[in-house]
Amino acid sequence: MIWTGILLVLAAFGAFAYFLQLKDGLVVTHMRDYVSWGIYISNFVFFVAISLVGSLITAVFRLVDVHWSTPLTRIAEIIAVSAIVFASLIIVVDMGRPDRFYNLFIYGRLQSPIMWDVIVIGTYFFISLLLLYFPLLPDIKFLLTAKDSATKGWNKFYRAIGGFWKDTPEQHRIANRGIAILCITIIPVAFSIHTVTSWLFATTYRPGWDSTNFGAYFISGAFLVGSGAVLVAMYVFRDAYKLQRYITEEHFDKMSKIVVLLALLYLYFNINEYLVPAFKMKKPEEAHLLELFTGEFAPLFWFAIFTGMMIPIFILLFKKGRKPLPAFIAGVMVVVGAWFKRYLIVTPTLLHPFLPMHDVPKSYLHYFPSWQEWAIAIGSLAGALLVITFFARIFPIIPIQETLTEQHEKAA
Amino acid sequence: MKQNDNGRREFLAAGLTAGLAAIGCNSKSDVFTPEDAAVKPTGKMVKLLSSDGEVIEVDEAFLKPVPDLPPVPNAVARHGIEGKKFVMVIDLSRCKNLKKCQSACNHMHHVHTDQNWIKVYPMQDADKTAPYWQPTTCMHCDEPPCVKVCPVDATFKRKDGIVLIDSDRCIGCRFCMAACPYSTRVFNWEEPDITKELAAQPYSCESSIPQKKGTVGKCDFCPDMVRQGSLPHCVSACPNGVFFFGDMNEDSVTNGADTFRFSDLIRDKAGYRLMEDLGTKPSVYYLPPVNRNFPFENGMEAEREREAEKAKKSS
Repeated sequence: MIWTGILLVLAAFGAFAYFLQLKDGLVVTHMRDYVSWGIYISNFVFFVAISLVGSLITAVFRLVDVHWSTPLTRIAEIIAVSAIVFASLIIVVDMGRPDRFYNLFIYGRLQSPIMWDVIVIGTYFFISLLLLYFPLLPDIKFLLTAKDSATKGWNKFYRAIGGFWKDTPEQHRIANRGIAILCITIIPVAFSIHTVTSWLFATTYRPGWDSTNFGAYFISGAFLVGSGAVLVAMYVFRDAYKLQRYITEEHFDKMSKIVVLLALLYLYFNINEYLVPAFKMKKPEEAHLLELFTGEFAPLFWFAIFTGMMIPIFILLFKKGRKPLPAFIAGVMVVVGAWFKRYLIVTPTLLHPFLPMHDVPKSYLHYFPSWQEWAIAIGSLAGALLVITFFARIFPIIPIQETLTEQHEKAA
Repeated sequence: MKQNDNGRREFLAAGLTAGLAAIGCNSKSDVFTPEDAAVKPTGKMVKLLSSDGEVIEVDEAFLKPVPDLPPVPNAVARHGIEGKKFVMVIDLSRCKNLKKCQSACNHMHHVHTDQNWIKVYPMQDADKTAPYWQPTTCMHCDEPPCVKVCPVDATFKRKDGIVLIDSDRCIGCRFCMAACPYSTRVFNWEEPDITKELAAQPYSCESSIPQKKGTVGKCDFCPDMVRQGSLPHCVSACPNGVFFFGDMNEDSVTNGADTFRFSDLIRDKAGYRLMEDLGTKPSVYYLPPVNRNFPFENGMEAEREREAEKAKKSS
């Protein structure tokens, strides 16, 4: 309850700050003509990154016949759906004229990377929603028929969305086929959402963004932060709902190994992304890279590298480190490090334009988000967590039917 | 059912015809007859070209002189002036950082001084090379990265080479600002500092007035001036004749005082474009700062004088 209360307060404060922004304009932020993209955009990238975990845990694992992850699929999917919804919301928050949002549909230019993002994110949302819904149908029947269910008040709602499920073999066949098709289609779409998002930067000339590496770099980062988020969510739900029988230490062990693998992969891409240009030190990139390694952004940069990658790798390499609590801490570090990493991708580049920063007010030469920006960004994170919390209150966070099927198959 | 429909249709058709006939018979409906009886036709007819290409004759008395051409409709503004390919040449050897170009542009477009569309940069390409002042406008690139990325076609390139912004359509995503390597675009973070009357005027892409909150702005090569046969405001305002403006198809550029063959000027003075290697194909050429008319430090003096003025005003 305290948890929900805090989230509601943060989300409400964010909404209030957004109202101020609508009234006065984006001037309430500290974005100006040079740093024209700030933490709204880095939050957007963060949300899109986290939402890729749905396709990883649910789709990829299912397709390669991995079964231990079955209890985790719903956690992954609700993170995915919630994150992609808030990615879309934070983008609208960043628009200077949200009242003209419909222009994207009546005047949309298919040549623009933003349009590609709109299309693939919309598609990913629907596929993820269906991948959440289809496996939920057999579980709704459990909710309706369970004798001592804590959610009896929602029965009308359950009947409305899943009353038609009669648990016949034919329905199972259709549902399984649907899930299989969705799992196949979601993978290219998932790769697309983060590749296209990375192209919002890579299609420009700016130092730090003008990189051919960006698609793969972003996707590897996305899988990492998503898996980290699952580690966190696993621990929280296991504790809150006493699910030790279904989310076992085995699950933490295996999930941690995946996080180590993905962190090493992301570290590899970071090495390519930063050390190769540093070898050359081309004129516009030199100032940008030095600022990251040893300059104004150095503390943040090294924090993100160590907290987001190195320390979690170190913790999770050891068997003791893969136990639930240390794994949870490593997961939190991965997620926090990832948020700051996304900020480091967006803002420092904008402070190194090709032409000198001149004939502008002094405030244009720096960027630190205003309280309204912080309120809105934190509010959006709180909102995403609220959706996940609320979902877990009315639906079983472990897919009951699928886990039962798994256990029967294992026993047989 | 069908019977009733036909009856209704016939009634409407009859009514419409009767109405039109009534209008036709009314002498007041003649568009060439003035509503104001005090204006008497002089009998001297003037031949005019109507907006849909017809030659019409109107009595001279009914023509009212208008100080400026009314702004053209959006479709015409998006198309551009036929047969022209506008180009600008900026002579860096003449620039003294007076910033008269900047103040004229800001004044005529009602742009706040925080958001200069023209910026005059102190440049020094390398440690040992000469410092110089570089006025920078929008480059109106032939491969504009801003136009490529706009999701709603709010910024567009016209047939005459000019890149404009439609502030009625811009959604304020600022992707164009991220894409532009010349840092030439500015954003209206708040309600622009203009009068209510100006803000209420319909927006014209060619004058870029009135600017609107939450949209992007930039130098527009003053197509409203060019359509009238005048030069952009920066060109006219510069006392040193730094800016040359003209038409590549006519191969001529002028700064108001002197006119040159564009190709000769670029060849003889070794003109170049900014960031040529990016492939944006700008429409603004620069003449290198050779045989400078003024030492670079004079520009610093001008800068200091302006700072002093500002400090005096704000105290």
